[in-house]
Amino acid sequence: MAMKILRNFFKRIFLNIFKGRKEIKLGFYGPPNVGKTSLANKICKDFTGEEIGKVSKIPHETRNIQFKEKVEISYKGKKMVLKLIDTPGITTKVDYEDFLKYKMSKKEAKKRAKEATQGVIESIKWLDDMDLVVVVLDATENPYNQVNITIIGNLVARKIPVLIVANKIDLKKADVKRIEAAFPEYEVVGISAKYGKNLEEFYESIFKFVKKI
Amino acid sequence: MKKRGKFGKIKGFVIQFIPYSEIKDLDSNKRIRKILDIVLKNNIIILQGRLRPEEETRLIGDTMAMIGHVKNFKGIELAVISNNKELNIFSKLRKKIANFFSGGDLGAITIIGPATIVKEIKRNPKKIELMLNR
Repeated sequence: MAMKILRNFFKRIFLNIFKGRKEIKLGFYGPPNVGKTSLANKICKDFTGEEIGKVSKIPHETRNIQFKEKVEISYKGKKMVLKLIDTPGITTKVDYEDFLKYKMSKKEAKKRAKEATQGVIESIKWLDDMDLVVVVLDATENPYNQVNITIIGNLVARKIPVLIVANKIDLKKADVKRIEAAFPEYEVVGISAKYGKNLEEFYESIFKFVKKI
Repeated sequence: MKKRGKFGKIKGFVIQFIPYSEIKDLDSNKRIRKILDIVLKNNIIILQGRLRPEEETRLIGDTMAMIGHVKNFKGIELAVISNNKELNIFSKLRKKIANFFSGGDLGAITIIGPATIVKEIKRNPKKIELMLNR
């Protein structure tokens, strides 16, 4: 009995110390090659000095869930602790032959395709674990892609807040307005993860969303 | 059934229409199985209505699990066309009531095809284009 009281006492003290410093699970979702890892890397690099994963021009570079825990973000005097979860790109088809044009052997391409399909399954499984999701889209691509709509639909159904990031605004073909028009009910922030462009607005939005959680 | 000519070119394919009443009373497992059975026969499905969001991801997940295990299967192309216009509160309520009584969003159309036949489904708010593989 005395042990139980003591245990509860310490548990309460512990909880009070860390109250308000809860780690928010922030997931990066989207189709392949839109810059999810580049954005996660940029945030990690800015606040921890380390990167979360490798980036590449070849689609499906991220084939496993990658995460970085206890990333403390401070912006304009505000602070929060995040667990950044970078997910493999979600797609409805994977053809190993698509990788052959990147000078890969047939064996390597088949292996990559197999890992990519498993990565998609993993990404879907992790949807339930998120507190907040950043859906990363390529601002140069047509946003009316069913994968984007399906991801956002699932997050809404699970009542997980969604922030849409239109990445690659450094490219000429980028059109953030087209993404805003496709998803009028959501907040869209245009950024360039590669060059760190407009990340202030991104952090501002993240803090705003975290307040609502 | 899709037929290929002497030089591998597609000579024809089947588009199968599924009214919502055919899947309305099925649970998620049976709905997905029914769709995948048709897609694996290399047919294109035009489904009245749409799947639930969790069924759409389940379909994607099951499709991924089949790639590499089913010969020549490379996945699917999927598109849902529905009225995405911003609705006012009364229209939203009316739509919800209508969906409740009909058991789903019957104003939507879902197109699903095997990636070996359907190369891409291009869509924008005004039109939808089905690009086929040669």
